[in-house]
Amino acid sequence: MRRYGLHILAVVVFLLTVVPSWLGVYNGYIQFLLMLIGINIMLTASLNLINGYMGEFSVGHAAFMGLGAYVTSLLTVWLLTHDNVFGPPVLAPGFSLVIFPLALVAGGVAAAIFSLLVSIPSFRTRGDYLAVITLAVNFIFKSLIENIGAIGGPRGFMGMGEVLAVMNGVIRAPWLMIWTFFSCLATLFIIRNFVSSTYGKGIVAIREDEIAAEVMTVNTRRLKMVAFMLGCGLAGVAGGLHAHLLGFINPSSYFILQSTLVLVMVYLGGMGSLSGSIISAVGFTILLELLRPFGLLRWVATPLLLILLMLRRPTGIMGDRELHDVFPRLRKYFPSAEERLLEQ
Amino acid sequence: MTDERAPHDPEQPAEAAPLLEISHLKHYFGGLAAVSDFNTRLYPNELVGLIGPNGAGKSTVFNLLCGLYRPSEGDIRFDGQRLNGLRPHQITSLGIGRTFQNIRLWNGMSVLDNLRIAHFSQMNYGILDALTLSSRLRRSERKVHEEALDLLRLFGLEQHADERPPNLSYGVQRRVEICRALVMKPRLLLLDEPAAGMNQGEINDLLELIHWVRDQFKVTIWIIEHQMRVIMGVCERIQVLDFGKIIAEGTPEEIRNNPHVIEAYLGEEVT
Repeated sequence: MRRYGLHILAVVVFLLTVVPSWLGVYNGYIQFLLMLIGINIMLTASLNLINGYMGEFSVGHAAFMGLGAYVTSLLTVWLLTHDNVFGPPVLAPGFSLVIFPLALVAGGVAAAIFSLLVSIPSFRTRGDYLAVITLAVNFIFKSLIENIGAIGGPRGFMGMGEVLAVMNGVIRAPWLMIWTFFSCLATLFIIRNFVSSTYGKGIVAIREDEIAAEVMTVNTRRLKMVAFMLGCGLAGVAGGLHAHLLGFINPSSYFILQSTLVLVMVYLGGMGSLSGSIISAVGFTILLELLRPFGLLRWVATPLLLILLMLRRPTGIMGDRELHDVFPRLRKYFPSAEERLLEQ
Repeated sequence: MTDERAPHDPEQPAEAAPLLEISHLKHYFGGLAAVSDFNTRLYPNELVGLIGPNGAGKSTVFNLLCGLYRPSEGDIRFDGQRLNGLRPHQITSLGIGRTFQNIRLWNGMSVLDNLRIAHFSQMNYGILDALTLSSRLRRSERKVHEEALDLLRLFGLEQHADERPPNLSYGVQRRVEICRALVMKPRLLLLDEPAAGMNQGEINDLLELIHWVRDQFKVTIWIIEHQMRVIMGVCERIQVLDFGKIIAEGTPEEIRNNPHVIEAYLGEEVT
């Protein structure tokens, strides 16, 4: 029973989010919020891998997310819908159910390849270069998209709503919700596995003392690239979902403000804590929604809240601990990652 | 400078292949020659000390050997293989373990994890296994877990397995660091000022430990130290480094009476 604790938890979450949406219990707004929470969990957890566990400082998460958003959207809109730019759909509507997840993966792969190009110059050196370079990446991405007139340039790109309608036409289901749920689950599964294996734990050694890691046979340069690609690739998948959630994207949606939002959620949750990332992504997304009636003032309230948090609890909500470290009773129901590693 | 490079271990035949051979090693920091024309040979199972006043270039030699610095000139051969130009993790994977002058354990993780990660080059799985926790990975992880625990037991440190290093006493941290260096099954173990900051009682324990490690793990041990009394008690052969050059080499007895050494340590009592 205990062995399947996390599986059961996943099923419960599925029953509380996807199934009611399917049955029409939740209205559109609640569904939107649930999907936004899922996407934010993915973004926070994936950036936590880079900034929290590995201790590097990437401030360009939105650019990788945006690249995934554009690649996924271009693919789905081109292949599945009638579009002003691409003309009639390439594939019959029936393919849409397969093409959509594949396009998400393609968005993730594109973001991972882009991140590899970024990581080659930044990880040849030690220190703060990644922060400087990823800061530049925000601008590079924005100007790049703005200068490609064919996909809308600064005016943005749309047609993703049509994609969802095509999928809905084949089988009626909350497809975006379903894929957000499974992408989020896969992200958490992958990151949890990675950081509990000896291979992935090497990134924590890099954070603690890079020279010692290198001398203790850790191939630090390669491991840093792998972890960075993994984090950015997952952000690309989240971007693809995000684009279909909004139905309209433009380069400014994936600029420094979005990067900062993800950074805030990572530091709020705690560096190197996966459960912290989940808690903070859920809490922060809901908080931003609750503050929506205050309009611009919410961008005053949230930084103030953050300052307060940093003064009272500089390590974030969870620090580098997981939920079962704080509440040992949870161990009765959920095995820790270390136990899974050692079981037969 | 003595040319006598033969090992002083009588059981060791002089013509045996050296485990480590460093010839004409030079390293400059800007215009300053930190190491100039350093030559040495270490033979299997030797226990050799490298001493010299502060700033003589001892740690630089270790850092050059581990690949943390690139030598300006010279040749480093380990078991016949040239190490110049290899990256540190490649060099240490060949069988060179080391500790640091200012203990460099990873403080944010448990002692056991410190040992586990040092297995990095011995893990026989790839990134995909790490993402899915495949059965191959779990087999490998179980083995690593057992090995790390065995090593801790051997050192009598198993009760500290789940603690983080900052919670341990200084002497225990030193032992954990030596333990971690042994994880990669080294044939050459480099100890950088292992007795720094220790009192006499702890030093005596340490010297015992060093002898035990050499016999138990069949490693060659090369120790840097600037306190003479530490190294006199433990090493069979001692090299004295000053201004990046070896100024004397021999048994502790010979070193104690060597006028060059007395000059280099002027004002310090050589005992």
